Amino acid sequence: MNELAIHPASRTSKPSRFPAYSVAGLAGTSFKHEHLQAITASGENGFFEVHAENYMGAGGPPHAALARIRRDHPVSLHGVCMSIGGPRPLDQAHLGRFKALVDRYEPALVSEHLAWSTHETTYYNDLLPLPYTPATVSRVADHIEEMQEAIGRPILLENPSTYVLFPESTMSETDFIRELVRLTGCGLLLDVNNVFVSATNHGYCARDYLADFPLDHVGEIHLAGHAEQADDEGDLLLIDSHDGPVADAVWKLFDIVIGQCGPIPTLVEWDSDIPDWPVLKAEAAAAQKILDRHASGDMPGRPYAAC
Amino acid sequence: MKDSERRLGYAAAFTAGLLDPARPPPDMVSGPGGKASVRRYAVYRNNVTVSLIDALAASFPATRRITGPDFFRAVARSHIRETPPTSPLLFEYGRDFPDFIERYEYAQAMPWLADVARVERAWLDAYHAADAEPLASALLASIPPERLADTVFMPHPATFVVRSRYPAVTIFAANRSGGPVGRIEAAGPEDALVTRPGLDVFVRHLPPGGAVFVSHLISAKPLGAAAAAAFAESAEFDLSANIAGMLNAGAFTAAQPGERA
Repeated sequence: MNELAIHPASRTSKPSRFPAYSVAGLAGTSFKHEHLQAITASGENGFFEVHAENYMGAGGPPHAALARIRRDHPVSLHGVCMSIGGPRPLDQAHLGRFKALVDRYEPALVSEHLAWSTHETTYYNDLLPLPYTPATVSRVADHIEEMQEAIGRPILLENPSTYVLFPESTMSETDFIRELVRLTGCGLLLDVNNVFVSATNHGYCARDYLADFPLDHVGEIHLAGHAEQADDEGDLLLIDSHDGPVADAVWKLFDIVIGQCGPIPTLVEWDSDIPDWPVLKAEAAAAQKILDRHASGDMPGRPYAAC
Repeated sequence: MKDSERRLGYAAAFTAGLLDPARPPPDMVSGPGGKASVRRYAVYRNNVTVSLIDALAASFPATRRITGPDFFRAVARSHIRETPPTSPLLFEYGRDFPDFIERYEYAQAMPWLADVARVERAWLDAYHAADAEPLASALLASIPPERLADTVFMPHPATFVVRSRYPAVTIFAANRSGGPVGRIEAAGPEDALVTRPGLDVFVRHLPPGGAVFVSHLISAKPLGAAAAAAFAESAEFDLSANIAGMLNAGAFTAAQPGERA
């Protein structure tokens, strides 16, 4: 199911600059420059994910660091601001920069968000939500197709963390995502923390969401830490903060998904209050352990118990 | 308005209050089961402003160290509301920040602060600039002396000159280092030459006339004209020391002798 997403190098005949590593069955982490020395010194065997926009400068240390990592590891290129979920046409200059990065680094995985961050001329630097309607599904599908056409390969689309709802929505998020897969052939990046955050914030059951999610199309999983706040009524409001360890509840959901689907490349995100490498490495090792435990295929998939 | 247009109008409605805390949340969003959206919408509002303040803090660390985090947060927030980013590349953001600092009411007691920010902006541009091999001294030495005056130089993509009426280079260097910042004794004007011949960015204090000299060369004026302009600026200008300095800094990538007269 994930052949196109995981083995892009086989689709082109141009000579590769880097080895065509597979991410199958691997856990990985966000790549932070402060960890480069520790990573290269210890001979890690996972994969690394970078935010594409941080490597859109012309040259310098960012490219030197990414090239160094890519030499020895599979890399996942994670776009944060294509505004696929926005109503306006995609930024053609940004699309060109993204394609150049895909060509340059031959990433094993390429992903973007079901969200938007630019409107008119302003870039808001946040993953903003959208209503789920036939009109928006059609617009978002056009954007995904345009991006896939530009880079010459399918993308993985990530489910969002959200804090508000649009009463005008006529589709569930899972129906919306399923329709995008049908229309565009894109794969999915299942962010299990986002599922837990959104389910908590909107009062539904994360396991029900996962039971309805098109898991057959998932080519990558994200895990991350979240923070706790309160909404106007004093109820728990979770924030997708990427600034701490993965929560126990999220590990449990992850175990259920892997138990059902088998190993899927899984990435631990940690983007602020970044710890020393051993801490992040331990999170990836915990994910790898769960992937390995289900790798043999002899673990029966657990049904989704009622919440 | 057509129904389809209304259904795609969510971005305009949602962004209206993102940078304006006085506005209520947009009518089109709510919490589940009719719950309120004030604190929920505030999550997005907070993410936008805090992440952009953090982006400026990452780009201007010496400026922040000088002002302290609270002052920096205030000046950054004011700048973000006046001039939010127009590009998703956050390392491009903050080009107008030094000018904003210069006219920021509460920064008037630190007239050198804007110049320190200008050096930091140039440092970041050098960091992300295209890679290129600097001009080797031997190549310049191979140009016949009688053709040197007409020689034109190709600037390295990471080369920038920042002029200051204040000791901006000394203040920048003291506040970018890890160590404690003692009393800064420098008082006179300091011009900066920012270069990145390899992977490390260097910020040098240019000698008298040096900024005019290098700036002329960057704008493709021949060596003779650049030297004349530098002498006009400062009688102390030392041509051979400045040529050696710019080569050593890796400020240029190529030298092209002019046509024989």
